[in-house]
Amino acid sequence: MGNMTELNEQALAKYRNSFLHEVEERVEEGDWVKMCMQCGVCAGSCTFGPHWEHSPQKIFMMIRAGKREEVLRSDSMWMCTSCYNCVVRCPRKLPITQIMHGLAQYAHRLGVAPKMQPTRDLSLIFWNNCIKTGRVNELRFTLSLYFKDGLMAGIRQALSMQSIALALLMAKRLNPLEFFKGHECKDKAGIHRMLKKAQEIESRRQGAHK
Amino acid sequence: MAKKEYAFYPGCSSQLRGSASNYLVSVNTMCEKLDVKLTPIPDWNCCGASISYAAAGELTRHVMTARNFALAEQHLPGQDIVATCAACWLGGRETKDKLDASSQMMADTNEALKEAGLHYKAEAQMRHMVEVLVEDIGYEEMKKPMVKSLEGAKIAGYVGCQTNRPFGIAGESFENPLYLDKLVETMGGEALTKYEQKVTCCGGSLAFSEPAKSQKQIRDIVESAYDHGAEMIVTPCPLCQANVEIYQSEINRKQGTKLAMPVVYYSQLMAVAYGGNAKQAGLDGQVIPSKKLDEIAAKVVPVATK
Repeated sequence: MGNMTELNEQALAKYRNSFLHEVEERVEEGDWVKMCMQCGVCAGSCTFGPHWEHSPQKIFMMIRAGKREEVLRSDSMWMCTSCYNCVVRCPRKLPITQIMHGLAQYAHRLGVAPKMQPTRDLSLIFWNNCIKTGRVNELRFTLSLYFKDGLMAGIRQALSMQSIALALLMAKRLNPLEFFKGHECKDKAGIHRMLKKAQEIESRRQGAHK
Repeated sequence: MAKKEYAFYPGCSSQLRGSASNYLVSVNTMCEKLDVKLTPIPDWNCCGASISYAAAGELTRHVMTARNFALAEQHLPGQDIVATCAACWLGGRETKDKLDASSQMMADTNEALKEAGLHYKAEAQMRHMVEVLVEDIGYEEMKKPMVKSLEGAKIAGYVGCQTNRPFGIAGESFENPLYLDKLVETMGGEALTKYEQKVTCCGGSLAFSEPAKSQKQIRDIVESAYDHGAEMIVTPCPLCQANVEIYQSEINRKQGTKLAMPVVYYSQLMAVAYGGNAKQAGLDGQVIPSKKLDEIAAKVVPVATK
């Protein structure tokens, strides 16, 4: 993927005068951004709306106003719970959820997404967990999350959740043996080859926009 | 009733000893009584869920799902794919729509699938188990295997997000879908149709990363059920079920509430109404047991009832 900062500088050089153009070409569903008519229904429909610094409505206007740094470094997109309320209510039918995910991913790819963003960490841990064997290992996923900020933080977090873990264990909805070997796909090698190829194609397509 | 056959996509949380393993147990009981045969897609993989977006690009996510489609087409030709998990179903629908609409995305997907020796022909349909019940079986047919009623148990139908948006069940509104209430009534329960948190988000996977914000959602969802006199909440989504059930004790610990509202799956209600015992209905998987459902499940059915 190359140097993150370098990627960011390349993008800056190419799209210096138009962040909207950059988003249209490089962000998933980004070509929809110009369709926003600033009605604010998305902002009022958002699950974590009160916790965002910038609602989707604001993000769309900031993109058009060329506020590149403010948008890409914002942690607002990372507050999306994928509830799709904005999508079904938007009078212009913008795929807002996908655009928020796309912006978050683009910021991450350029290396400018906010550090220590818990949902970014969650997303990366989940994906790495699921592609390792082809299926999510729920126990290892939870433990990776708890211990992401170090051993002591992990122990504190695990202890605070121990009554829940015990309840799930009793209900046979948590398997401690998953720590050693969990469910997995037989054709792990094929999945890894397939994903490598998909990433190659994606880089190729992104390169076409350079 | 003619036997119906589907390619089954259980999803990660439904696996043995997974967080929604009791969902799978009850679905199996329900399907057996409805003469529905579910054959798991051989060697299916995780769909990536909605949360993988930071690392996984659009094509990469579609490829993950298309692998399952290709395996279903190869091993279970002609059968619709059925998912029980909301996120699995939504991801599948998104992939299908995207690949149907873009020949380039389709070509790229197949180029990647080739590495795993597979090819996606765009034949398989992606369905949710609720669609199978409502569209393929219908409410009248759903009554047939019933051997007992839910005895007017007061049930808050919590549809949540991803079984409802952005695709939803055909003919239902996004703001007030009615199928879950109808299903409760079909099984002899009392649907609390005024329950206003029906389509509120529980926080989804952000229950992990933003616990305080998510627990506020969960508290609203549970307290509204209490306000309407609910004896339990019913949901079609494994993440809604897990979040709304297991975090009640956390909310109690932090906020001094006394929440203990059972949260069950529609398939558990049906398994009980169809005569399944507590184990067959997956009721032994509850963290907050439903006393009412346990009692109904324990009742012996008089031989002459059916």
